[in-house]
Amino acid sequence: MSEAAAVDHAHGVEPAETPLTPESWGKLGMWVFLAGDAMSFGTLLAGYAILRGISENWPVPTEILGISLTAFMTFLLICSSVTMVKGLDAIKKGDQEGLVKYMWLTVGGGLIFLGLQAYEWTHLINLGLGLAENEWGDSLFGTTFYIITGFHGMHVTGGVIYLAVIAMRGKKGVYSATNWNEVEIAGLYWHFVDLVWILVFTFIYLL
Amino acid sequence: MASDSHAQHDDHHVNYMAIFWWLLALTILEVLAGIPQASPAYPQLLKGALLVIMAVAKAALVGLYFMHLRFEKLTLGFIAMIPLVLCVFVVLMVLPDF
Repeated sequence: MSEAAAVDHAHGVEPAETPLTPESWGKLGMWVFLAGDAMSFGTLLAGYAILRGISENWPVPTEILGISLTAFMTFLLICSSVTMVKGLDAIKKGDQEGLVKYMWLTVGGGLIFLGLQAYEWTHLINLGLGLAENEWGDSLFGTTFYIITGFHGMHVTGGVIYLAVIAMRGKKGVYSATNWNEVEIAGLYWHFVDLVWILVFTFIYLL
Repeated sequence: MASDSHAQHDDHHVNYMAIFWWLLALTILEVLAGIPQASPAYPQLLKGALLVIMAVAKAALVGLYFMHLRFEKLTLGFIAMIPLVLCVFVVLMVLPDF
């Protein structure tokens, strides 16, 4: 803790630095938000597991869902996580052009992911898998599938907008080798979206 | 914001491409383990265990290296682990009703 922060703390004022993330309170705020968000996803996945466990005619997901397409979507999100960290690395070295380039690549990855998800949903709806209808067995399969992948898709949409704002601010020269905190915080959100998809892909599609 | 008043520094180096290749390899292995239907020769329990282990490994790689948890204070790691612990707890508490 810096001297100024210690003085503030002694006077009962909120310290300027958090001991957990000395870089910024914003970073700690994002971590706390992500922990709360993880509980939302965790509850949905736990609910899925319970509904599946008590169902007598739960279909085999791999027989209905397109694994090759979603495996590619997983690959896409992993790639977008790499471009995200490359963007952060670039701005840490003062490379503003590199930051903007990698941010737009990350946004592009997110947009393609969303496009493929829209295609997948349309295809499945045409096949007869709805929110409350399922020709292959328990209707709750469709309910849980659309709720969980939809909730994740909304997160990707939010992330795409968030990163587009970071890219535009980067283009304006807001970030530098000594000011990249906001980029790191945005990156935490995006990697979380990737991490959640890894779990969704396993539990909803493969298991 | 702290970034306005502090010069930020970064003293850890991660080979992100190595993490990428690990994630890609684990994804391919997951698909190979997930596509075959469970059978007496490939029990559902074995299939589930393989998939869960690989998914947790991938999630850990993203959390530890892309999100830099590996280089953060331990308490932050505990905050990040709370949801996982609670979710496992929820499932375990419901299991006796099955």
